[in-house]
Amino acid sequence: MNEILNLSRRCFLKTSALAGGGLVLGVYLPELAELAELGSPAEAQQKTSTFAPNAFVRIGADDSVTVLINHSEMGQGTFTGLAMLVAEELDADWSKVRAEHAPVDPAYNHVGFGIQMVGGSTSTWTEWERLRKAGATARAMLIAAAAADWKVDPANCRAQNGYVIHAATRRRLSYGKLAEKASELAPPQNVALKDPKEFKLIGKPTKRLDTPEKINGEGVFGLDVNVPGMLVAVVARPPVFGGKAQSFDAAKAKAVPGVRHVVEIDRGVAVVADGYWPAKLGREALEIVWDEGPLAMLDSRTQREQYAELAKQPGAIAKKEGDVATAMLQAAKKFEAVYDLPYLAHATMEPLNCVADARAGSCEVWTGTQFQTEDRDAAAQVAGLKPEQVKLHTTLLGGGFGRRAVIDSHFVREAVQISKAVKAPVKVIWSREDDIRGGFYRPRAYHSIAAGLDAAGNPVAWQQRIVCQSFMAGTPFEAFIVKDGVDETAVEGAADLPYDIPNLLVDWQRAPGGVPTLWWRSVGHSHNAFVVETFLDELARAAGKDPYEFRRALLTKHPRHKRVLEFAAAKAGWGKPLAAGRGRGLAVHESFGSFVAQVAEVSVSREGKLKVHRVVCAIDCGPVVNPEQIRAQMEGGIVYGLTAALYGEITFENGRVKQRNFHDYPMLRMNEMPVVEAHIVPSTEKMGGVGETAVPPIAPAVANAIFAVTGKRIRRLPIRAEDLRKA
Amino acid sequence: MIKLKVNRKDYAVEVSPDTPLLWALREQLGLTGTKFGCGMALCGACTVHLDGEAARSCVTPVSRAAGKEVTTIEGLSPDLSHPLQRAWIAEDVPQCGYCQSGQLMAAAVLLRENPRPTDAEIDDAMSGNICRCGTYQRIRRAIHLAAQMKMKTAKAKGGGR
Repeated sequence: MNEILNLSRRCFLKTSALAGGGLVLGVYLPELAELAELGSPAEAQQKTSTFAPNAFVRIGADDSVTVLINHSEMGQGTFTGLAMLVAEELDADWSKVRAEHAPVDPAYNHVGFGIQMVGGSTSTWTEWERLRKAGATARAMLIAAAAADWKVDPANCRAQNGYVIHAATRRRLSYGKLAEKASELAPPQNVALKDPKEFKLIGKPTKRLDTPEKINGEGVFGLDVNVPGMLVAVVARPPVFGGKAQSFDAAKAKAVPGVRHVVEIDRGVAVVADGYWPAKLGREALEIVWDEGPLAMLDSRTQREQYAELAKQPGAIAKKEGDVATAMLQAAKKFEAVYDLPYLAHATMEPLNCVADARAGSCEVWTGTQFQTEDRDAAAQVAGLKPEQVKLHTTLLGGGFGRRAVIDSHFVREAVQISKAVKAPVKVIWSREDDIRGGFYRPRAYHSIAAGLDAAGNPVAWQQRIVCQSFMAGTPFEAFIVKDGVDETAVEGAADLPYDIPNLLVDWQRAPGGVPTLWWRSVGHSHNAFVVETFLDELARAAGKDPYEFRRALLTKHPRHKRVLEFAAAKAGWGKPLAAGRGRGLAVHESFGSFVAQVAEVSVSREGKLKVHRVVCAIDCGPVVNPEQIRAQMEGGIVYGLTAALYGEITFENGRVKQRNFHDYPMLRMNEMPVVEAHIVPSTEKMGGVGETAVPPIAPAVANAIFAVTGKRIRRLPIRAEDLRKA
Repeated sequence: MIKLKVNRKDYAVEVSPDTPLLWALREQLGLTGTKFGCGMALCGACTVHLDGEAARSCVTPVSRAAGKEVTTIEGLSPDLSHPLQRAWIAEDVPQCGYCQSGQLMAAAVLLRENPRPTDAEIDDAMSGNICRCGTYQRIRRAIHLAAQMKMKTAKAKGGGR
């Protein structure tokens, strides 16, 4: 999801006076239309737009500055980072700045993907210009308003910390006092942005705006939404993906006190009750005969054999350079390996949920989503309404990681369908078991890889075949992401191998579908980086070379990789002695436009117990907005990737997912947390993403460190003690 | 009707006695700061205090809380003044924030029992609480900071006597 389309950027800058006095700058806001009690939304937009607002910033008469955030806050820090972009150019008083989620409106569409969404580690760099312009435009208008009031030349006024100042006459007015007057002005078409040297806020460690509400219980996540008259539903979904309820007997479920309705929906049978507990008990009492469908015999072991067979056949070519076959024949030494990397569940801390209130002629939805436009449109479709008749409220997200960017909007569709059926607002709650067994996993990936070294130990050929499902084919995203028969999300991080190897072939075999799969934090990079970085390490060792120097020599054409690798190695003390029993491993990987290198220090007990002691991480993401949140994302990404490396595995037996909850789908805990040192490489290169980029390198860095202490290569994940024990 | 005392207020809730305290707090009393994460006492997101002790409200029948003092995240302080809350802000701990109510409630019991915990003691006390965003390192730092704040406050109070 790297490529950004060059969509035309409409100019949305309009202004409007708020009912309570104040300035709204940015774009048309649906709320304002309602305030004004205008007719249809389209009509409202027209009427409002003659004097109306800008989508991204609202300045109150009380000096408050509210930034509307169009990339959902799911922990990655958009509330703070995006507000900083506006506040910088606005010269706002940061202590007066607040953030809230934007409503659904084309004004808030992702500039690259053309829908309102968050994903692909794109929030900061795609808004870098638009939000700074929104802030700068507001500032220009506030200055113009003050200058008009004082009857002075605006050029002699300046903005500072929430005030417009006219130095010559020592006058100043706060933004709140100027807001109403500024709202009467026409927004300037072209505003100058600051020279980065003038930045006061951007680039400085800045405390998160959303911490207070996340530590006193006030923050509202989807699960916390309460609507008058709301019922709670749980859904009995088929035990096998692709299954369907053949028949059911609701008598026992309905006998549970508090159960109000049992209704069949597209995705199963819903039990609707006064609260979660009776709904859950009702579901347990429900008797359903399932038609299990074509995956009833799905088994992870036989699936591996199937993938291994597929790996013997050439796939769709993702990258071809030179002549691998000939180079392989001429190579002095040849190496081959297969890797098996499992399905992974996102396991967001907040299980999936959605509140819907479907009525005749209108529908409201409250949920923590990464995909506002798709979810709103899906709700409209299920409710039998037009999209503009649906109002979707974005709540805080208790983690996203891709799981809440659902192409078929299933968790929203379910809620709307149930609400429509029972004619009441309904909150659908997924139990942890529902969530872990609910599919939409990182695809299982089987890799078959071969490489050749020449007599001097230089790699001359590299051939990688990737077998995995496609979750893009057959979706509206296919046109963007599937090219020449290759799903980029399957091969990203492999097809763009940075190492200077003259003969290269990367191809992809599409595995049969059925198991719902999806983007999982870092998407294809999550498996490709593991294979590339561990296998390259193997070549280095086979060539008798230091893995760090071996990589450096092959990265001469990729200076950003090289620099970040050098940075991490220096900070980690690469090559310096370690405590007895410890080993170091490293990995470097580019994803989402940024470059991350990590050095892991591990030890392995005689019984095969692995301990990761320390991880040194360096990122080059270009210009930095909030360094503290970049470090937080490095820490978090390392935990996310390490959790998968140590424990993550969704497996099937008799078509059913075996894992259920955190006892058999474990998470890294405090006592296993390595010391993480996150460094940001000073850089003026192109700005890249952050949120996902620390995930890909950690598993290979740890696996390479394991080799350093045990001499064992990890070919499958999660890492198992039996693979580490001394023979 | 079950009588509950939550954050020093008296309530009566009408739910079956086997209903977990978590759902009574969230759905009957509207105290949604306490979170649902696993329903099996595996993740700690639902941690509250029951007579001052950390309890997993997702597996505590509401009947067991009757007659006891229940404290939830909403009752930790009225104004973000608890040393742990101040330390959480200072260390920029939360990311998505969903687990943090439980983390804070677990940490509050730890600090009361052990005013100056070591890293190992923090690990022991906090390993029942999962954070999927990976804020563990910051939680550890913030607990140390809160411990320091509490010591300072205690000293200042002692000096004023």
